Amino acid sequence: MNMRNDYRSRNHPAWWAFLVHRLSGLALSIFLPFHFWALSQALQGEARLDGLLRWTEQPLVKFAEIVLVLLLAAHLTGGLRLLALEFLPWRDWQKSLLAFAAGAALAAGLAFALAL
Amino acid sequence: MDMLQVSVWRGAASGGYRTYEVPRQESQSVLDVVTYIQRSIDPTLAYRFACRVGMCGACAMTVNGVARWTCRTHVTKVAKGNAIQIAPLANLPVVKDLVTDMREFFDKWARARGQFVPSATRKDDFARVASDSPGRVAANAGIECIGCGVCYASCDVVSWNPDYLGPAALNRAWTLVNDVRDRARRERLAAVAGDAGCHACHTHLDCSERCPKSIAPTAAIAGLKRAVALAAWKGEL
Amino acid sequence: MGAKSETWLWIAQRASAALLALCVLVHLLTIIYAVRHGLSGAAILERTRGNAAGLAFYSLYVLAIAVHAPIGLRTLCQEWLGWRNASLNWFMAAVAVALFAFGLRAAWAVFV
Repeated sequence: MNMRNDYRSRNHPAWWAFLVHRLSGLALSIFLPFHFWALSQALQGEARLDGLLRWTEQPLVKFAEIVLVLLLAAHLTGGLRLLALEFLPWRDWQKSLLAFAAGAALAAGLAFALAL
Repeated sequence: MDMLQVSVWRGAASGGYRTYEVPRQESQSVLDVVTYIQRSIDPTLAYRFACRVGMCGACAMTVNGVARWTCRTHVTKVAKGNAIQIAPLANLPVVKDLVTDMREFFDKWARARGQFVPSATRKDDFARVASDSPGRVAANAGIECIGCGVCYASCDVVSWNPDYLGPAALNRAWTLVNDVRDRARRERLAAVAGDAGCHACHTHLDCSERCPKSIAPTAAIAGLKRAVALAAWKGEL
Repeated sequence: MGAKSETWLWIAQRASAALLALCVLVHLLTIIYAVRHGLSGAAILERTRGNAAGLAFYSLYVLAIAVHAPIGLRTLCQEWLGWRNASLNWFMAAVAVALFAFGLRAAWAVFV
């Protein structure tokens, strides 16, 4: 078959931005059904919802929540970067949009973590 | 004298890397290295080149995993110690050793309607196009492309989507979309829209990173996305 | 899928992305607020029960997700799984409907 590219040609910022964006989108898509299910438990009464929320108090779950918020923030800021790249006139400084996006995502994740 | 350990792809679709020892010079391009191997060690090595001075793009190969013009790649820039790996361009069928079959690359160029279609005849006066008009500036940013295939070889979407027209073809289409003298805009926008066209680009920026002429096909493709979306919205697609 | 359909999918993806940018921002701020002001079932439901504006917001949010996520997943399946035929489109349409239905149910659950 054809020669394939490997990590050596992919090791540049925009490629990592793509990978983070795609994988975070996938992770969030998998998480969402669980999120909807958990909230729907309120239909069975406040106690049921409360029980679920107590379950989320565990440290491991809290850590997973921080990761999820980081993924959501990363997907958001990465997406805003893409919208800028696709809709705004092309400028070279747009490459550093990635740095802004990453920084903003991290800030959001930290805000959540510190609020806990 | 230092000796370079040069690992070169031999074979076609199946094959392997063979190592050659090449004397290291102070001023030496990767093309010099390949030429030395073919002339002094192994005459059966097949490779492509023409101008040797960075104008034709024929010598593009994969050097240590990255697509480059070998005539414009200094050995000191890529050698890992004394080791270099040279392979044919990715995403294209290998004819033999370092030579790839470029037909698909140019076929996609045609499929993207990368040909100028004139709206005037020889009886009309010259078209007057201001060089600082937005359309002309956008076109000028992409017309220096010489079809070397480095962007096509570097693009992951080309690897993952066999029908994808690729950065070079789409870049060419964009230069023509911005050419006021061209009259095939509608057909061209239809040709570059869709799964095999501009919408498949995910802005990895591999093409813009690797283009030896510093063209940014990603910018052209973003422009095509906007133009196609506008055409669809107006019912002109 | 034809060029026109693909173009409209792209438009839908970017439009829903723009809408989601706003929704996610509000959602993130809401989460941080909620974490600070009580995360028990009672505390949450006290804020959401009878909150018509909240229901409207989350319904819009869920609609945007139901458009945005399947289109993104579709591309992933095409490129990384080689899944390209019509069955993928049907599957993703089903995913969209499911996300919308379950999302609305969740929004409703904390409203009543």
